[in-house]
Amino acid sequence: MEAGKLSKFLKNGAIWGFIVLELIFFSVAGEFLSLSDKAFMDADNMLLLLKQSAPIGIIAMGMTIIMVNGNIDLSVGAIFALSAVILLDSMTWEVFAGLGDWVIPVSWGLALLTGIVLGAINGLIVWKTGVDAFIVTLGSMLGFRGLVFMYNGENPTSSLNWTLVDFAEAQFLGLHTATWFLAVVTLVIWYVMTRTVHGRNAYAIGDNREAAVNAGIKVGPHMLINFMIIGFLAALSAVVFYSESGSVNPNDGQLYELWVITAVVLGGTKLTGGSGSIISTLGGVLAIQLLRKGLGHIGADTSTVNLVIGLILIAVLFLDRQLNTKGKEELKI
Amino acid sequence: MASMSKADIGRILARQGILIAFAVFIIGFTLANERFLSPDNVMGVIRSSAILGVMALGVTFVVISGNLDLSVGSMMSFSTIVVLDLHDKIGPALAIPAMFAMTLCLGAFIGFLVGYLKLNSLIVTLGMLSAIHGLTLTYSGGQNMDIVDKEGTWFGVFGQGSALGIPVPILIFVALAALLGIVLAKTPFGRKVYAVGGNGTAATFSGIKRARVVFLCYVMSAFCVATAGLIQASRSLGSQNTVGQGLELDVLAAVILGGASLLGGSGTIFKTVIGVLILGFIQNGLLLVGLQFYVQFVVTWVIIILAVWLDIAAKRGKLWSNIA
Repeated sequence: MEAGKLSKFLKNGAIWGFIVLELIFFSVAGEFLSLSDKAFMDADNMLLLLKQSAPIGIIAMGMTIIMVNGNIDLSVGAIFALSAVILLDSMTWEVFAGLGDWVIPVSWGLALLTGIVLGAINGLIVWKTGVDAFIVTLGSMLGFRGLVFMYNGENPTSSLNWTLVDFAEAQFLGLHTATWFLAVVTLVIWYVMTRTVHGRNAYAIGDNREAAVNAGIKVGPHMLINFMIIGFLAALSAVVFYSESGSVNPNDGQLYELWVITAVVLGGTKLTGGSGSIISTLGGVLAIQLLRKGLGHIGADTSTVNLVIGLILIAVLFLDRQLNTKGKEELKI
Repeated sequence: MASMSKADIGRILARQGILIAFAVFIIGFTLANERFLSPDNVMGVIRSSAILGVMALGVTFVVISGNLDLSVGSMMSFSTIVVLDLHDKIGPALAIPAMFAMTLCLGAFIGFLVGYLKLNSLIVTLGMLSAIHGLTLTYSGGQNMDIVDKEGTWFGVFGQGSALGIPVPILIFVALAALLGIVLAKTPFGRKVYAVGGNGTAATFSGIKRARVVFLCYVMSAFCVATAGLIQASRSLGSQNTVGQGLELDVLAAVILGGASLLGGSGTIFKTVIGVLILGFIQNGLLLVGLQFYVQFVVTWVIIILAVWLDIAAKRGKLWSNIA
């Protein structure tokens, strides 16, 4: 194997190697430290892990496209919360009273539409004003969160529909509903990114925007669509999560952008755009969830999880730089 | 002046757009509620903006040097918790320098990662946001911190005291702003900060030690954060673990409103102070005219985007972007 290929292989495989390391570490450490007598690599535990990865994972797929494109979206947590509020609140609207359980698809549709519209707002502003996506979504992170609070004050919005709960808690072929959603989203986005013109253009724009423009790619509409995709996925994530829990606090989804970006960066996607892979992002999502669950398993509390995740994020950045010394100069955000 | 073309006027309007908008807001709020411009209210707004303002001063250095700092909020929680905890253990006179030393170490660590190791500042400080939050929770064991003997300590002077009729937080804010304003505008170090942010490669070739400048910017930011934590702790003499959560965004909003470009190389301390005051007065005004507290989030969103947009539009000479 040539040196170039080897380092590429190391980089692409790194996240999966990390996952294996985590599994071994937590299994061994769990033997000595765990308070429960169940093994960490228990099948049920692993299935649960996949299910718990879904909310972050679904959004992370959208974030990968956005970051490959050379943008960033900090407002996903707020979109997540606002879509959840619309989802649960619309179920109790008088207009839909006669629908019975048919209110479910209607509410889902409304929630997803909310996400798409919010994403489109971000995308349009980025496109038409030329303001950096970081600033635009930093602003809308505040603005969308403000809308959540204006909707219902500091009160939780609740609506429990048992048909919906049954659906969300169902298992098909052993996997939970949320896991299926994650799997389908991963597949679809993977297909889009690797097999379609839209995906190829996303890499082209992120790699060299000027060249993409010269090649006739319509950068603006392209970015708009990507922001709509991530808005849709943030809403989908809310739909999957809140169908089961049935109650949303106005603060829900805060720091989701942190988790999502961490997962995507762990998966090797560059902030500078032009490179990144959906499958590696899935690896990043699983690695983070494994870390959270594993640390819990060996008796560490949330504070340790925060500490460890933060340091690992920095370590990955450092290692990536070392493995990639001849890579492109990092752009400033 | 007579030869000023229409384009020039448009450019000036766009450049000063944020000040014009601010003036319109002030006039509107004053008409809606006469208390808005009363000395008491004005003093109150500046006083409650002081904590945010002190943090924004440090972040201005970081942003001008072409980097970001998203960790100031959780670092401020850390400072506040540490100084409150140490207050009862070793007394305020030792607690304050100890807290400053610990916070400066965090700043130095970030400065080392971003300056000397040249890691991306967005990701590093995002990671540190999480890591320092974890550190604070570990330190406090998840408990809120309270000073036991709130009556018998002089520690409250930084947050609650006043001198010559002016609250101490405002005095600290003004003094620090003046000091850092001079450092940034009048010293060789300040010029190096602009050079590094404007064109890092050119700065390196002209003999500026880029890594060292970036490092010092983060240490300075940590110093400001520690000062903000001191004011916060002293004001309430007790605190939650999460007191600074989300402040990094308000700080960044204020710095951006002041017109500093996130690409680095531009911005001033004076403009940042204006940005802080704009945020403070608009939030206060919205409350005084009887709007819900949360409306300010939406208004802040609109103002940030308008401010940056107009600034960019003025530079490129047209309103809409060139993106195809």
